[in-house]
Amino acid sequence: MKSFTYERATSPAEAAAKAAKTPGARFIAGGTNLLDLMKLEIETPPHLIDVNGLGLDKIEATDDGGLRIGALVRNTDLAADDRVRRDYGVLSRALLAGASGQLRNKATTAGNLLQRTRCPYFYDTAQACNKRAPGSGCSAIGGFSRQHAVVGASTACIATHPSDMAVAMRVLDAQVETVKPDGKTRRIKIADFHKLPGTTPHIETALQTGEFITAVTLPKPIGGSHVYHKIRDRASYAFALVSVAAVIQPDGTGRVALGGVAHKPWRVEKAETDLPKGAKAVMAKLMADATPTPENEFKITLVERTLSAALMDARA
Amino acid sequence: MASPIDISPNRRDLLITAGAAAALSSAATATTAQTADLSQPVISKISFSVNGADQALELDLRTTLLDALREHLHLTGTKKGCDHGQCGACTVMVNGKRINSCLSLAVMHDGDEITTIEGLGTPDKLHPMQAAFIKHDGYQCGYCTPGQICSAVAVLEEIKAGIPSHVSDDLTATPQVSAHEMRERMSGNICRCGAYSNIIDAMSEVAGATA
Repeated sequence: MKSFTYERATSPAEAAAKAAKTPGARFIAGGTNLLDLMKLEIETPPHLIDVNGLGLDKIEATDDGGLRIGALVRNTDLAADDRVRRDYGVLSRALLAGASGQLRNKATTAGNLLQRTRCPYFYDTAQACNKRAPGSGCSAIGGFSRQHAVVGASTACIATHPSDMAVAMRVLDAQVETVKPDGKTRRIKIADFHKLPGTTPHIETALQTGEFITAVTLPKPIGGSHVYHKIRDRASYAFALVSVAAVIQPDGTGRVALGGVAHKPWRVEKAETDLPKGAKAVMAKLMADATPTPENEFKITLVERTLSAALMDARA
Repeated sequence: MASPIDISPNRRDLLITAGAAAALSSAATATTAQTADLSQPVISKISFSVNGADQALELDLRTTLLDALREHLHLTGTKKGCDHGQCGACTVMVNGKRINSCLSLAVMHDGDEITTIEGLGTPDKLHPMQAAFIKHDGYQCGYCTPGQICSAVAVLEEIKAGIPSHVSDDLTATPQVSAHEMRERMSGNICRCGAYSNIIDAMSEVAGATA
């Protein structure tokens, strides 16, 4: 691990200003992903800004009937919150399907959104990776790509976003609240928060330099049946090959988002009008322009079957 | 919540000389990335409680909680397996919650209360979970065992606290102690000897005895 300096932030705005003034600085909260990457020297921040003491660990009701989840709320606490379990079950289910008990006790809401891909070529510093070293190429393309993206990928990067929580956030139309280095705040729709790789896969989110996430807000509950189906190589503690987050109403209408298939949580709103007709009817629009590799084309079939199972579960 | 911190960019060998404490405290919050010499370790003062005893250390900022426990406090019960949060051998309790000590910087635990396997029980006075692991043969080589036991104790507390899991049928119901629930909740602790079924037997006995 490279040496670094460290400070404890005293306010979100100050943290953002400090981060903007210190090239390469990183915020650290749970640290479960950042320290992993620092040990491998994939991340080499010269300065860490510890944001754990900012009091952003509360879940509060909003005026419009939703919830404001502090950026530092731990994954365990968010999954166990009574309001989340009752009104946003898909979020609780997604969180509980991710990582291990130890990691969920540490991992935070904002950190979960910002976690990096688990593409093995991103992790292997001897391999070309446009995300880790822009311009170096992509060893995953033509490599072992069983776990990689099948939609929204580019010729520069076929990595997937690893989060389960973010997939549920996408289906719930969450918004990300931030403060910028100049002290101004803004809200970013979760749909716009994560980027597709395009030609700049190292740019993963809409955040500007130094911009600091303070909370994630959920709109008022939409009712319906909440399900999260995650398919992985072992029954627990593994990243998704494919996951489906769905909120289905009694009349069969609803929303669906996918994990494990793209560089961001994958949702195609215009496909959702076909949900009452079943999984097969949704697939054409949901997976339009898919570009699977021979090693991961099974994910297309797996999406349809997982969605079908999720819809049956939701209607049960 | 923010507390003043002591950071010095000074070299470790300088700190060993007389006046090191003064150098540390005077550097305080003045350190920035621009002024620090990052070719040298950056040293920080850290205080926390381990198994009920207060500890004060001067550590390279890069020191994980795991390395602070093992290499500096010589509490070698906590094991280093993968060092990347994948195996669970390093599991300890911080302020009553289990975490992977390998994926946490020691400096981020200033003021925390840490419990390791040495703090759960001793050979003369075993924790009930330690006794149950012995009775049910919940290990072979034993390397993952301290992490398994710390996790097992925490799992029963988490179920008692009503925290749901991936396998809880009803999210809004109070989770129950069952082998199914415990297996899922222990998935962050890998045992390459495959003692899993005996570990669940040990946990079941403790859960039954304390229910």
